[in-house]
Amino acid sequence: MSIAAAQKRSFSTVLWDYLTTVDHKKVAHLYLFGGGFFFLLGGIEALIIRIQLIKPMNDVVSAGLYNEMFTMHGTTMIFLAAMPLILALMNAAMPLQIGARDVAFPFLNALGVWLFIFGGILLNLSWFLGGAPDAGWTSYVPLATDSASHGVDFYVLGLQIAGAGTLMSGINFLATIVNMRAPGMTYMRMPLFTWTTFITSTLILFAFPALTIGLFLLMFDRMFGSAFFDAALGGNAIIWEHLFWIFGHPEVYILILPIFGVFSEVFATFSKKRLFGYTAMVFATMLIAFLGFMVWAHHMFTVGLGPMANSIFAVATMAIAVPTGIKIFNWLATMWGGSIKINSAMLWSLGFIPTFTIGGMTGVMLGSAVADYQYHDTYFVVAHFHYVIVGGTVFGIFAGLHYWWPKMFGRILNETLGQITFWVFFIGFHLTFFIQHFLGLMGMPRRYWVFLEGQELDLGNLISTIGAFLMGVGVIVFLYNVVVTAIKGEKAAADPWDGRTLEWSIPSPPPFYNFKQVPLVRGLDALWIEKTEGNRQMTPGEPLDDIHMPNGSIMPFLMSLGFFVAGIGFIYQTDHKLWFLALYGGMAFALGTMVVRSLKDDLGYYVKKEELEREAK
Amino acid sequence: MKGLFGKLRALFTLGVLALVLAGCGKENLTALVPKGYGAESSMKLIILSVVVMTFVFLAVMIIYTIVLFRFREKKGQEDFIPKQVEGNKTLETIWTVIPIILVVILAVPTVIATFDLADVSGAAEDEAISVDITGNQYWWHFDYKGQDFQTSQDLYIPTGEKVYINMISSDVIHSFWVPSITGKMDVNVENTNRMYIEAYDEGVYWGKCAELCGPSHSLMDFKVIAVSPEEYEQWASDMQAVDPEEQPQETVAVEGKDLFESNNCMSCHAIGSSGKQVGPNLTNFGNRTKIAGFLEPTKENLASWIQDPEQYKPGNKMTGNYPEVNKEDAEKIAEYLMQLKHSEITPDSAGE
Ligand code: HEM
Ligand SMILES: [Cu+2]
Repeated sequence: MSIAAAQKRSFSTVLWDYLTTVDHKKVAHLYLFGGGFFFLLGGIEALIIRIQLIKPMNDVVSAGLYNEMFTMHGTTMIFLAAMPLILALMNAAMPLQIGARDVAFPFLNALGVWLFIFGGILLNLSWFLGGAPDAGWTSYVPLATDSASHGVDFYVLGLQIAGAGTLMSGINFLATIVNMRAPGMTYMRMPLFTWTTFITSTLILFAFPALTIGLFLLMFDRMFGSAFFDAALGGNAIIWEHLFWIFGHPEVYILILPIFGVFSEVFATFSKKRLFGYTAMVFATMLIAFLGFMVWAHHMFTVGLGPMANSIFAVATMAIAVPTGIKIFNWLATMWGGSIKINSAMLWSLGFIPTFTIGGMTGVMLGSAVADYQYHDTYFVVAHFHYVIVGGTVFGIFAGLHYWWPKMFGRILNETLGQITFWVFFIGFHLTFFIQHFLGLMGMPRRYWVFLEGQELDLGNLISTIGAFLMGVGVIVFLYNVVVTAIKGEKAAADPWDGRTLEWSIPSPPPFYNFKQVPLVRGLDALWIEKTEGNRQMTPGEPLDDIHMPNGSIMPFLMSLGFFVAGIGFIYQTDHKLWFLALYGGMAFALGTMVVRSLKDDLGYYVKKEELEREAK
Repeated sequence: MKGLFGKLRALFTLGVLALVLAGCGKENLTALVPKGYGAESSMKLIILSVVVMTFVFLAVMIIYTIVLFRFREKKGQEDFIPKQVEGNKTLETIWTVIPIILVVILAVPTVIATFDLADVSGAAEDEAISVDITGNQYWWHFDYKGQDFQTSQDLYIPTGEKVYINMISSDVIHSFWVPSITGKMDVNVENTNRMYIEAYDEGVYWGKCAELCGPSHSLMDFKVIAVSPEEYEQWASDMQAVDPEEQPQETVAVEGKDLFESNNCMSCHAIGSSGKQVGPNLTNFGNRTKIAGFLEPTKENLASWIQDPEQYKPGNKMTGNYPEVNKEDAEKIAEYLMQLKHSEITPDSAGE
């Protein structure tokens, strides 16, 4: 595909291109737009929550609608915004960082993104079809099984479909990193972001099945009359809490570990130093991931598991502070003695350090079981997890986007606007959430639709709401930046930041086959090594030859559509038998596309050596 | 970087200012001024962890500040390539070992306190006070063990004594929390959770439901009324002596009583001891601190609640379960209920 042809493409060709793409770079765009869209939705929901809490006994939204708001806000932010945006970064950067031409299973990659998009749409359709889920993002039973509208059914099916996509992506990334590293890229030469992608994928592999099972049980209880969680019929509601958190706790590490990778790249690049204590960083990440599985019950200190269980989980939780501390100090040491350049990507990373340290501090405080009897389910917890997920994950996503935008889109985001976004958002963030630590201790439980007058909680809530609006302004500036950059942004060179890793050795944006010749890796920070030795390019690790590429396919889109229709059928078959048509129809369609995909030979195509040579001129 | 620190300082000042203005919160609600055993144990650990963690935070911030001042790219030296350091065993060992020590400092008292608060063996003693608590959407029921009375919403306890509580839910999960005297514990559907509470001083302490339980979750308030042990004895014997059949003095209240009975209210509520728990027990209602857990106890509020509970507590289980009551009748019923004062010991005795 030549450049001239690319410019003349009409809207419908671009659309078709995205609907059928199996290219990890375009899949990254899909994750970015999808995740970005849901991030805005979740943000609007957050603002509605905060408007309702601007003063005591407010009545902007009704009690039922309020419960739907925070349920959808939490669910959307975790599953439909943070996760996909992280997957966007992984798809955009990881294959390039290891010198691969694509991920191991490009078709599966596309299927993953479409499952996420259709799952997200399904979940959000609940707003228009008689009520959103209202039992919190944790969906504790019996509240969730008792919930009268179809909301919780949308939660079950939407997350099941989106979750299947995530699980596939995890497996795909594992296979990619195991199999497709460029010659010379041993494990201990992989960039840290690739490492954290690898470890995160392992977490996904083990954590998501717990969610899948939990959702199935909930689905059977709600739709097919089983009683796994119904105490009156011999079931047990606490089991849901365990299943949920056995998934849910690793999930928060799934959200933060890749971001640790992003920061490691950014700090090293903009300090012009290699990452301090690389080996320790890798092992600290593994340790955090491992411990992440061991501490789920710290979400359940008040459930009444007894002092022995509470003590064990308390100590295990506090232990996570050790590897996390190692990481913070190693980042500081990376900058120590460096030549620090502060631009937008770096601002987000620098803003992360104090913010996340506070989040980590309150994390250890929460780990102290008896202290948690006071914090649990209050605004202290709301403050803590926003310090971690916003101060960590969201800051990191912004850092990663500013850092890799040139690679993803070939243009550099406007620097001034970038810095304005950061400052407005950063100040808004601390205004919103710092005070909530105190609100919680002053007696404000979370998920409260109203707080009463005369409890001295008014001022804190007011400040918090003002802060939330500032964050909203920050996001708007960022969107404006994206538009301005798309229209007249500065064109990016291959290596705009004086980068250290392989993605900066190829043009921005990269050609669809990424590397004309897969590079030879001679150490950590492969590109940096070449640059310091005066080479302007990577040494190829293979002779120039034909490149095998997969064909695009509409199948992933259609398959996901099939599951989407089946999902609607599952939700409504309790109302009327006719909905079984949608259920079986959708399933048949999805399975049909799988059969077609299996039976039809699709061997891909070759980019000819001659063509590559011609393009080089 | 003036900008950065200027802004951070402004932020900090603003935060501190806000805190000073907000104080530590409402005296009988906040966890920050503990007035009971459980809250005090939690507070000790909160303070310890804040101290330990502040130490860590300062260490991070000092290095961070130095880094930002000393190692910025210098004008004209954009090509400067810093030394590529691989790592440093000693340093990395230091910042592994020190956190381990800090964690141990925090872990040991945590474990001790966890076992201490879980020790409910004292409940077996003869003079121990035990209360069976049931959480319901959206109200609390208190059944004093071995005594012939129950209350709802207001839990009377004697100061300086451990009161053992056994909690179970009748519908969904709730969580029992009285911040200024004790940390919370969940109220589950399938098993009874046990703990004890102890208030040091007399007072009316605000309790909250802390686990999402439906639309009116935020209105599921209750009060713990701590009175002196003598007053508690008095109160308990008054409650034993309640005669549900007692006729009120005024005619309006008598009419109210008849309306209360004829309107089917008794199918869910009770006055005097009763096994029923469909709705709150209304014994001693005239001495309640609040109506429905959170409304000011005035006759107008009560009448208006009786006419339409839904406007106050969305999703509650009273709505629609009794015939419609007109304003006049509602006021008569209210009059009757407000007169139900079965004890001289009231929240006022506790200093409210
Ligand atoms: C503009 C930024 C945000 C604001 C103002 C905000 C505000 C809030 C508030 C006030 C609550 C508490 C609701 C309650 O307990 O009554 C909440 C809950 C929550 N937020 Fe956010 N939030 C923001 C961004 C985010 C982001 C980016 C994430 C994750 C990526 C997130 C994840 C959550 C989760 C998981 C919950 C819990 C929901 C539940 O209790 O079921 N929030 N948020
Ligand atoms: Cu409740």
